[in-house]
Amino acid sequence: MPKHTFRLNGRQVAVDVADDVRLLWVLRDLLGVTGPKYGCGINVCKACTSHLNGKAFNPCAVPVKDIGPTDEVTTIEGLPDTVGRSLHPMQEAWIERDVAQCGYCQPGQIMTAVALVRRVAAEGRSITDEDLDGIRNICRCGTYSRIRDAIRSGAAEM
Amino acid sequence: MTDEDLPPPAAGGFGRRRFLGYVLAATTLTTAAKLSIAPSAEGIVSPQPTDFLDLNDLMTVAALPTSHLITVNVNTDGTVSFALPRAEVGQGITTSTAMLIAEEMDVPLDRLRVTLADARPELLFNQLTGGSNTTIATFTPIRVAAAIARLRLLAAAAAELGVARSDVTLRGGVVTAPGHTGLDIGELAAKAASSRTEEVRVTLKGREDFTVIGTARNRVDALAAVTGRKTFAMDLQVPDAKPTMVCRPPTINGTVRSVANAATVRAMPGVTDVVTIATGVAVRAETFGQCIDAVRALQVSWGPGTAEGKSDDDVIAELRRAELPMGLPPLTPTVDTRFTFHFRSNSALETNCAIADVSGGRAEIWSSLKSPIVAKQKIAAKLGLPVSAVTVHVTEGGGSFGRRLFFDAALEAAEVSKKIGKPVKLMWHRADDSRQGRTHPMALSRVRATYLGSSVLGFKQVHTSVATDLGHGLGEMITALAASIPVGDLAFSETFFQLSQTMPYDFGVSNRVLNETDKGFNTGSMRNVYSPDMTCARELVVDRVASRMRKDPYQFRRGSLRSDRARAVLDKVAEAGSWGRRLPAGVAQGIAFHDEYRSMSAVLVELDCRPEAVGRTIRDAVTGPRVTKAVIAADVGLAVNPRGLEAQMMGCLMDGIALALTSSLHLRDGHFLEASWDNYFYTRQWNTPPDLQIFVMPPTTGDPGGAGELGVAASMAAVACAYGRATGTMPTTFPINHGVLSFEPKPTVPPIPQSPTDGLQHVR
Repeated sequence: MPKHTFRLNGRQVAVDVADDVRLLWVLRDLLGVTGPKYGCGINVCKACTSHLNGKAFNPCAVPVKDIGPTDEVTTIEGLPDTVGRSLHPMQEAWIERDVAQCGYCQPGQIMTAVALVRRVAAEGRSITDEDLDGIRNICRCGTYSRIRDAIRSGAAEM
Repeated sequence: MTDEDLPPPAAGGFGRRRFLGYVLAATTLTTAAKLSIAPSAEGIVSPQPTDFLDLNDLMTVAALPTSHLITVNVNTDGTVSFALPRAEVGQGITTSTAMLIAEEMDVPLDRLRVTLADARPELLFNQLTGGSNTTIATFTPIRVAAAIARLRLLAAAAAELGVARSDVTLRGGVVTAPGHTGLDIGELAAKAASSRTEEVRVTLKGREDFTVIGTARNRVDALAAVTGRKTFAMDLQVPDAKPTMVCRPPTINGTVRSVANAATVRAMPGVTDVVTIATGVAVRAETFGQCIDAVRALQVSWGPGTAEGKSDDDVIAELRRAELPMGLPPLTPTVDTRFTFHFRSNSALETNCAIADVSGGRAEIWSSLKSPIVAKQKIAAKLGLPVSAVTVHVTEGGGSFGRRLFFDAALEAAEVSKKIGKPVKLMWHRADDSRQGRTHPMALSRVRATYLGSSVLGFKQVHTSVATDLGHGLGEMITALAASIPVGDLAFSETFFQLSQTMPYDFGVSNRVLNETDKGFNTGSMRNVYSPDMTCARELVVDRVASRMRKDPYQFRRGSLRSDRARAVLDKVAEAGSWGRRLPAGVAQGIAFHDEYRSMSAVLVELDCRPEAVGRTIRDAVTGPRVTKAVIAADVGLAVNPRGLEAQMMGCLMDGIALALTSSLHLRDGHFLEASWDNYFYTRQWNTPPDLQIFVMPPTTGDPGGAGELGVAASMAAVACAYGRATGTMPTTFPINHGVLSFEPKPTVPPIPQSPTDGLQHVR
């Protein structure tokens, strides 16, 4: 069986699995990294949102063979380390605003939010209502308003 | 009996009655509540069953005989544990429960460890999470157990320090006495324990002394949620419990006739097992991705289902035939309208799932279950095992909305594990959850309001619905008590209906009737059950009557509401939302009221129906009219955690927006078309109100009412009323966009879609 290696939350990892197995299952079922959640498996709900080299992506839609040895995959578990703290400012904002209800979608929401703030900053502007309207992550508990508030306050601390 | 040395109880008043509890024989302090106080019996004779006894009175009565079995444990590390016999699915009851204990014990909230109890058949009816009843039923017993623990700690500290009981005080988890260093409760946990079980009399704190209850607190699991450490069923690492999925029929509840290629599929990469079960063909593999491949590869011949050949219009016709007569039209003016509510999905973000390990005459199950006792009994029956041989662990749930009242995945997981003799981690695909999962049944609601001048003389509502499956224990609970409640020999669902529905307005002779038909669908109690549809229909007719009378919708409601609590929430949203302010053509306000669970709610929204709002283009989405502003007021009697209540109201609003505008299932030829979150249009960020204000009313009754479902009905109704006022046409079919299919349906064979491979093209 093919061997695949990539960087996961700052460590080099390796797995023996067929080329076409989507990265979400490699993370969850083989490596036991369960922060990214399954919500649809077709890149719609965004519950598995993680970062690839610092940008948001959905591992349910990426065959493991597409990830190279030097690619850095960051899941919610590895987010605090990217800023060298015990919690990323966006996670702190989430706690401060008491965003989560069931919490199932929230790792994906936070990873989406961090990538959005980085992207907007790279464009030299700040978050707009249109940016927030464009977030596709589903929250079936309906925490949307607190998510919007938390993104704005988290962005201010990033 | 030990009679703790306490001041005599104050005469009457909230929270000043004395209660009996236990100290249990244990090595560290373990206390339990013994309920001895009957629920308040303020029976006022009235034609409405809800005035005798509403659903929550009923559930609390049912809970009484066994609630003494809930225990508070003080641990040597200074933490306090409590295994809550309820399901936490996002509604915040682990937090509110921790607050109750922290309050009575005077220990910091972060010392509390509230977990979810395994299924405990000895609790009989008292382990069902539903009807927004958790806090209503547990508010007193949990505090009694905690208060006894506090007393025992104080007594142990006094003995340890050799001081009088009156000299010790407990604050912040530390007992202090003049001239002594503080003793942490952890140090006292063993010393305060009892070698025998004793009854203890205790007085609970009065509301004026509350420092935790009624204050806004963040969730106790907030850190776990934002770090990915919160553990859901599929995150558990049970040895050898490998991913398992089921290949399901193309029509609702279709059956397996034969499988043509089981051996071929069994030989696919990663696949370990292929087995036919009652609901389809199960596959077990090293990864869920390989399960998806295997499910898609299976060639199954399917038998017909339980809704074979039916489409939306067929069910509407069935409902029309089942509709009870309205009676002769009166001679006075009437508003007489029929509303249609299409099938809706209560699928949570975490799909149906469970882990099962069945072997050697025993079974162990892990799943988010709101009726774990019934689940345990049904699983035992299915496996042919004694109930005592089945252990059912209740895991944290990724949402419920009524879905986890049932245990469909746990039953399947148990069946698969038994058949293949291996542990399984069984998960439904999103498409399964949407197409074969439980639904809120389609319903018609016919409303007739008769009026004369400025008086409403009568209000009749005939609700006809596809049958709601209540076979998860709530039904048994109600049946067990049915003889003692004044609703005669109604069926479960009619009893539930009559107990949950009210007429809050002084509208003369009012009555409501439910008739159900067609048990061919997988249904269940979706959040707020009958009330969103019932209230939406009622409130639209209230608006219509007000219009006929040339009255303002707010003032008309205000003048008709029967209680001050009701008027207070309505006034609050009208004032905060600037009711009646000038808005552009195509934008309108809507206002609505709903009471249930001994709580009151009112919602005001502003809805933008102008072309520039409706015409917004977002890929694979329904934009439609936008709620630009929402104001909610909730009076739950006493909000244990106002911040948690606000969160519940926010979620209720998002549900109500979806129910009114965008979310429904389309039935075609025996199956639902929706198979994705981009098919089933639950509220998304682009549908949310940019301006949302939520008001938690100050305590009124002093006792907590239900909160988790409260706001759905008024939210849906307010949006519907706003739509009617913005467009000049009262909507009568919900959601309003049901007539337009806004997506390309996915195939039913294979039953689940393949995962995309182009994810790297969407990195951003």
